[in-house]
Amino acid sequence: MNKAPSIKPHLTREHLLGLLRGMIRIRRFEEKCVELYQQEKIRGFLHLYIGEEAIPVGAMQAFTAADAVVATYREHGHALARGVSMDAVMAEMYGKAEGCSRGRGGSMHLFDAATRFYGGNAIVAGGLPLAVGLALAEKMDKREGIAACFFGEGAVAEGEFHECLNLSELWRLPVLFVCENNLYAMGTRLERSESQPDIHIKAQSYNVPAEVVDGMDVVAVEAATRRVCAAIRGGGGPALLECRTYRFRAHSMFDPQLYRDKAEVEEWKHRDPIDRFASWMRETGVLHDGDVAAIEAQVASEIEHSVAFAESSHWEPAAELTRDVYATEEA
Amino acid sequence: MTEGTREITYRDAVREAIREALLTDPRVFLMGEDVGRYGGCYAVTKGLLDEFGSERIRDTPLSESAFVGAGIGAALGGMRPIVEIITVNFSLLALDQILNNAATIRHMSGGQFAVPLVIRMATGAGRQLAAQHSHSLEGWYAHIPGLKVVTPATLEDARFMLAAALTDPNPVLIFEHVMLYNRSGVLPPDAGPVNICSAIVRRAGQHVTLVTYGGTLLKTLDAAETLAKEGIEAEVIDLRVLRPLDAETVLTSVRKTRHAVIIDEGWRSGSLSAELSARIMEGAFWELDGPVGRVCSAEVPIPYPHHLEETALPQPAAIVTAAKATLGS
Repeated sequence: MNKAPSIKPHLTREHLLGLLRGMIRIRRFEEKCVELYQQEKIRGFLHLYIGEEAIPVGAMQAFTAADAVVATYREHGHALARGVSMDAVMAEMYGKAEGCSRGRGGSMHLFDAATRFYGGNAIVAGGLPLAVGLALAEKMDKREGIAACFFGEGAVAEGEFHECLNLSELWRLPVLFVCENNLYAMGTRLERSESQPDIHIKAQSYNVPAEVVDGMDVVAVEAATRRVCAAIRGGGGPALLECRTYRFRAHSMFDPQLYRDKAEVEEWKHRDPIDRFASWMRETGVLHDGDVAAIEAQVASEIEHSVAFAESSHWEPAAELTRDVYATEEA
Repeated sequence: MTEGTREITYRDAVREAIREALLTDPRVFLMGEDVGRYGGCYAVTKGLLDEFGSERIRDTPLSESAFVGAGIGAALGGMRPIVEIITVNFSLLALDQILNNAATIRHMSGGQFAVPLVIRMATGAGRQLAAQHSHSLEGWYAHIPGLKVVTPATLEDARFMLAAALTDPNPVLIFEHVMLYNRSGVLPPDAGPVNICSAIVRRAGQHVTLVTYGGTLLKTLDAAETLAKEGIEAEVIDLRVLRPLDAETVLTSVRKTRHAVIIDEGWRSGSLSAELSARIMEGAFWELDGPVGRVCSAEVPIPYPHHLEETALPQPAAIVTAAKATLGS
């Protein structure tokens, strides 16, 4: 159905600008969400991804439309990078019926059949078995797709992580596990919860090929994902990428961040994936004067449109509350 | 195979159903612990590995959450998995996947995705397997919107409910009572297909309605025979489907008999039997001539010794007593 993506990134100006745009788009979207949260347009939990944008933007360069994607409750970036429309995501943040989950899921449960985006899972590690099953379907039905599953390092403490690595390797399933290691499971630092904090070593103990990637470097993430996905598509079974990253903002809007030093946050901010990538592009002469301003203007306009869309969207009629508890069409 | 009337066990009926599903739909496959080489913990799937191969009869590691979740993912991906969990007691290790994924994804995604998954598991007591292998927790699952819960109690339902479950676009949990596997009987040539939406009257009567399902159906029919000898004609309803509940069939009977007893191998407190009693109050209060009775398992972890296990479970004598009590006789 889709040609497999190439094994190496093509670092053309156009491609690099696309990566930069992808990250800025997620950053500005979430900054807007904070404003809207303060205005009480968005409610419930809001888990910001700011600082980690290089991961989905880099990784998704290696996916095709035939692939399935599973993410966590911190998934605005994944949904946007996957191609779920910003209008539909913003309307979902509002809880409106035009949202990508009809408004029923909100921030943590973005779904989109058109882009094979399977949530938005708010139970830590709960999405991993789904990805294994999606990959199993691809394999049994002799299709070309793979399943990619994004999760935080907190998921590594759950039994499902271990069950799924074992099962997917045992059955040689086309699954890409992307561990976004931002060091903190809510407020618990990795070393305080894991006897072996090197996550890729755990994967290797299940014979799952695993590597560590600088999750603050979008090109490094893209290159690693392309390489690993080529192996998965070639029948090599599952693989794991441990992307080392950092969450610049609080866990959620209710987190006073008593568990980490401000100095540590500031230190990581020096490695901001957007600033760092833009500087590198500038140094190498790829980024021209006016490029960033043009991207910012384009993104601002898209966000403005998405807010207007969400504002003018509708509340699902209460009479439809129980619609779709059950599917009715024959399987 | 269905030209004439024939003798068959419940176990064979379930196996035939699985075999038929595998033969008729290439999307169907079976996975679970020891379903292949071992032949199934209750020997239900014996021979299927040889016939269908290891791609479609998948032995899994002891990872209930992973393989149940993988069943959900495979269903989302277009397959029609049948997942076997050896007993309901072990399904608790996969409860998160069943509740938070299988049951929610349809609604939470705004109707974009369906989870056409079948999960089969054994339930119930009677084989002296002690507490961790003997519980009846199907009522818990019946609490959850988004799931369908069915309890084949007869050979015909054992043989044909699976096909209906696989046709259904929702996650369907099939509970097979452990004491039924060895039961044999006659399957008429015109048996099936069956639905998975309605209860059925298994014995007609006009004096009292006995509502039950699964492993207590035969005990309830025994009790009805005893009552008949004393001139009390009991109507026995087999719920067949615990979710969605077919309350109307129950209410229709209760409006006629004006008396009801619920027989459930689950515990009494916070239970399916409590739900049924409430439905009868809501729908037939003014037609009742006596309080709704209940015969449930004793509120203990099911014990190992035969005499204590039997004491803990609903028995025909207790059903007879409860029926007479509600009749005031």
